Amino acid sequence: MLDAKIPGGPLEDKWSYYKAHAKLVNPANRKKLTVIVVGTGLAGSSIAASLGEMGYNVKSFCFQDSPRRAHSVAAQGGVNACKNYKNDGDSVYRMFYDTIKGGDFRAREGNVYRMAECSANLIDQAVAQGVPFGREYGGYLNNRSFGGVQVSRTFYARGQTGQQLLLGAYQALMRQVGAGTVQLFARHEMLDLVVAGGKAKGVIVRNMDTGELERHGAHAVVLATGGFGKIYYLSTLAMGCNGSAIWRAHKRGAYMANPSWTQIHPTSLPQSGEYQSKLTLMSESLRNDGRIWVPKKEGEEREPNQIPEEERDYYLERRYPAFGNLSPRDIASRAAKERIDAGYGIGPLKNAVYLDFSKAIKDQGEDTIRKKYGNLFRMYEKITGVDAYKEPMRISPAAHFSMGGLWVDYELMTTIPGLFALGEANFADHGANRLGANSLLQACVDGYFIAPYTMANYLADEIKAGPIDVRDAPFAAAEENVHQQLKRLMGIQGNLSADYFHKTLGKILYDKCGLSRSKEGLEAAIKEIAALREEFWQRLYVPGGYAINTELEKAGRVADYLELGELMCYDALARDESCGAHFRVEHQTPEGEAMRNDQDFSFISAWEWEGADKPPLLHKEPLHFEFVTPTVRSYK
Amino acid sequence: MRIRLKIWRQENQQDPGKMVNYTLEDINPHMSFLEMLDTLNEQLLQDGTRPVEFDHDCREGICGQCGVMINGRAHGPLANTTTCQLHMRTFTDNEEIVIEPFRATAFPVKCDLKIDRTAFDRVIQSGGFISVNTGQAPEANDMAIGSPTAEAAFDAAACIGCGACVAVCKNSSAALFTSAKISHLVLLPQGKIEAQERVRKMVDQMDKEGFGHCSNTEACEAECPQQISVLHIARMNYEYNKAQVLKK
Repeated sequence: MLDAKIPGGPLEDKWSYYKAHAKLVNPANRKKLTVIVVGTGLAGSSIAASLGEMGYNVKSFCFQDSPRRAHSVAAQGGVNACKNYKNDGDSVYRMFYDTIKGGDFRAREGNVYRMAECSANLIDQAVAQGVPFGREYGGYLNNRSFGGVQVSRTFYARGQTGQQLLLGAYQALMRQVGAGTVQLFARHEMLDLVVAGGKAKGVIVRNMDTGELERHGAHAVVLATGGFGKIYYLSTLAMGCNGSAIWRAHKRGAYMANPSWTQIHPTSLPQSGEYQSKLTLMSESLRNDGRIWVPKKEGEEREPNQIPEEERDYYLERRYPAFGNLSPRDIASRAAKERIDAGYGIGPLKNAVYLDFSKAIKDQGEDTIRKKYGNLFRMYEKITGVDAYKEPMRISPAAHFSMGGLWVDYELMTTIPGLFALGEANFADHGANRLGANSLLQACVDGYFIAPYTMANYLADEIKAGPIDVRDAPFAAAEENVHQQLKRLMGIQGNLSADYFHKTLGKILYDKCGLSRSKEGLEAAIKEIAALREEFWQRLYVPGGYAINTELEKAGRVADYLELGELMCYDALARDESCGAHFRVEHQTPEGEAMRNDQDFSFISAWEWEGADKPPLLHKEPLHFEFVTPTVRSYK
Repeated sequence: MRIRLKIWRQENQQDPGKMVNYTLEDINPHMSFLEMLDTLNEQLLQDGTRPVEFDHDCREGICGQCGVMINGRAHGPLANTTTCQLHMRTFTDNEEIVIEPFRATAFPVKCDLKIDRTAFDRVIQSGGFISVNTGQAPEANDMAIGSPTAEAAFDAAACIGCGACVAVCKNSSAALFTSAKISHLVLLPQGKIEAQERVRKMVDQMDKEGFGHCSNTEACEAECPQQISVLHIARMNYEYNKAQVLKK
């Protein structure tokens, strides 16, 4: 039975109670303990820096050439925090409620409340680090509004909030590297987790420059490796984003929770051709001032500026008058898909909708819009060659964020003792749909404010363990396992690239396990993925050798995706209801809204790996709602 | 469109390396420059040849990992644009495109177009931060910072650490990179306390890494994807001199 270990008592006291009773490690003992942190995004950098400051020995790993490249850097719009600087009625409870409702009542109350509770501290920390958030002329911090809420609680640094927060965390990390508390291993990819005596004790990493495998031991391992939305191939993620670290931990016994819950972001740039490698995101903040529409006429051929006002269908404003263009992401994406599928899509491939700023420019002036979104408009023009001050942007939904991830308890510990998962790599706080500007928040609070306490609670009992010897049998076995897999990938010598398999898998998942899912589709997808996996292991071709070899890196990641993709389909199939981003066509209202089934599905799906030739095993963690009553989630 | 490529190929750090010619037919002008390289690599892989190694990740101009010299210019012909944001419509049919890695003593070539930019990380390690531990921060609004100051700090903080400034500089100077961080932090009240120590350490580290000196040609600003201004270099020099004069 899965125990989330949520402390009892009133919602607002749970975290204080936990912190007051958690075990501590005294400063003299901290230097006897080593912690491995994989990933250097907001969650990874912040926990590595925080633990280093406290005096632990930290080893920090990333596959990029510098920790500053981690994909947190690309988050544009902002980070939510409950400061109520706008005096517009915000409170920790309201932020908690917005988040749990936004997630369609599929997240734990205790976790979500804690995230809202810690949010204010994050803004303080970031400002102290020098993060240049947007300010008002009086010198105080400014806020904007994001989807799914009716207050302004989003802090921002132009359209580069992720970059600025990450640089704050990166600089804190670099300070610790300089101070010698953190050892940095860039261009090292984790390829296996070492479990000894039932506890996480280290990792096997590959030095991507030399090709050498290395063993690293520790008293605890943190995976802060981000999301796996890149499994769809076309996504808003970076090319290197992958699910390999969490997948390999899964195969060592860590459960995966709600893996099929993927946020499809409503405002990315549409696909324009087969060669395309990436769908660039345009920040949700644009929906503060942009209006989304499609022509009322099917198959409209006129240019957007030629279409008169009365022939435009502002479908979000029409369907969701209360939230309008700021409806949550799952709802906005599905509404776009509905219009595109019905034949009203625009652009050469008829796969997009318009995001129009003409009214905002008329009302506020072009200069104001330029000040708010100048970098986004510039980026749009660079990619498309179109000036969005003059004609509407074309946007389209794209795979973006993994609400699912490794199952963790209240302490952010997985089902393997000593293995923690932070940030997007875990599943914990967003339920079935994440609200905009909550991902930066979650990654940061996990790393700065939660894990430093919960990890100490675990590490306090590891002081007696003494140093870890990487010559032990579990390390040798894990290294051999990695070595054999690399040898096998190199040895196939077929004629198809890793990208070919990745793109094919992505298409299967977009069609059958994307914005909408059905029983027939998912069953077909499971068969198709199994067949594709078989073909992969017969026809893959990895040229080159073991040293710097991007094709070998991609092949390993795609091998994992081919297993993870199958689990996503099993997960979506088992959840025979619609909730948040998970939309089963069998379960919808007559108006096409998601229909939840709290009677049978108010639980977290946690999947156990049973071996390569067996279907995964489902464990259920029931969700208890003591403080809120799940309602029909309406934004009308 | 048809594209003729001359690409720097180098097996490893010891290999002398050489230019190799390739031709691509049927390139879609809407492709990004890196998608063109993907297409080349798919073709090389089909021919059983080792694909071209190049740095890239986010492909939206913010991670700073991509960057090559294209026809002698860092990140190619467009102003203020990373390599990943460059599209093939910028080139003409049958054009010859010469692609080389960013070159600098402090940025050794690892393989083909991939380089080692860890020198930048070490410059930041030497002092490019505000020394605040997790948990020490006061309430954020206790300290009002004028919007123009915050915006000026942002302009400097926007640096993506790609290294184009170094690659384009005839002295391989990292003055723009280093000064952008110094400016970002010194402009903010919370960054002033450590200003003197920071500037001394970062400038020393920059020299130790083998970056050259700035001789004010301003090529770095012209090629910087984030339009970081050379005025930051002037501020760094001012801060450095001040720190040296006031040194105890």
